[in-house]
Amino acid sequence: MKKVLVIILLVIIGYFLANTFINIPFGENRIGDINAEKPTAAGYYLSNTKEKSKVANIITAIVVNYRGLDTLGEVTVLFLASTGIASVLYRRKEEEEETERLSLPSSTIIRSGARVLFPIIALLGIYVFIHGHLTPGGGFQGGTIVATGFLLMLISYKGFNTNHNRMTWIESLAGLTFIFLGIWGLIADNTFLGNIPEVGKLNSLLSGGLIPIIYIAVGFKVAVELTGILDILLKIKPKK
Amino acid sequence: MQEEFNEIFLKYHDIISLGVYGTAIGLILIGLYAVLMKKNLVKIVIGLTIIDAGIHLLFIGIGYINGGTAPIFSPGYEDAAKRMVDPIPQALVLTAIVIGFAVTAVALSLVIRLYKHHHTAKIDQIKSLKW
Repeated sequence: MKKVLVIILLVIIGYFLANTFINIPFGENRIGDINAEKPTAAGYYLSNTKEKSKVANIITAIVVNYRGLDTLGEVTVLFLASTGIASVLYRRKEEEEETERLSLPSSTIIRSGARVLFPIIALLGIYVFIHGHLTPGGGFQGGTIVATGFLLMLISYKGFNTNHNRMTWIESLAGLTFIFLGIWGLIADNTFLGNIPEVGKLNSLLSGGLIPIIYIAVGFKVAVELTGILDILLKIKPKK
Repeated sequence: MQEEFNEIFLKYHDIISLGVYGTAIGLILIGLYAVLMKKNLVKIVIGLTIIDAGIHLLFIGIGYINGGTAPIFSPGYEDAAKRMVDPIPQALVLTAIVIGFAVTAVALSLVIRLYKHHHTAKIDQIKSLKW
């Protein structure tokens, strides 16, 4: 009975969604002329990023520069999520000693493979967030890749422990770097998170002014926060 | 090569657009079904992430432009700005993925907490939710 009701509801929702999106033609150019007197927002970003920000990846320019304040909020949301998880799954000190990591006894192949793969995964992640302004990817993606490397180590080794003190330090320093560079932009460019793209030319590693530095800080912050979340979620109290 | 691709693309344009929108709406409906019908809390969280995936696909699909390239300048193609797809939905989806991750992680931690308290993850067995 419930199933029938749910399916009827889903059909109604699906009909109205399809009815809405059938009226939005797929692949139509909605940006308009990008060099017009008053371009659309997308047109402005497309035509001005190359000269004003000297960043090859326009998505990076939008995320870090034009909408930089939103990214600061996003990083804050991630920080709040990791804090929230830590407080929801809070353990007292005596409980902490009894917890152990939820992992099946992993075989020798997985453990040896993880040891070989971990540095390569970490290197790939660092490459992705250093080249965030040139290639697809950036701080969030690179940080996630680094965190997957840590996840591999956490599920293969029971004794692999992350240093919480050091992680908190890296996280705070990365967050402070973001805000400090924002204030630097405020001094140099009269806008919070304003950009100073005087150095370098398009498509070289040293270009884009403050954008790559902010994205590297974001990469470190995301990597550390995700590793912390995974570490907390993987720990359980053993059944007696 | 590029022209050939564009020709084939325009030939099957209707089918591709139906495929993109259909897949997106289908994913949203599958996720909603999981949220409404499943008893296990972990499966409900999986349903939420499927809804997320559908919404992201919808955003990217709306931002696409026929024959457009990724909004990234490559060496030698510095004047390609006219042929690029809309960058704003892509930046939005980048944000949405990160927020979706945070939401999923918090939801899973709440599930762990509920499981510890009630020793079950099935919502029909958690009596304190009923009134």
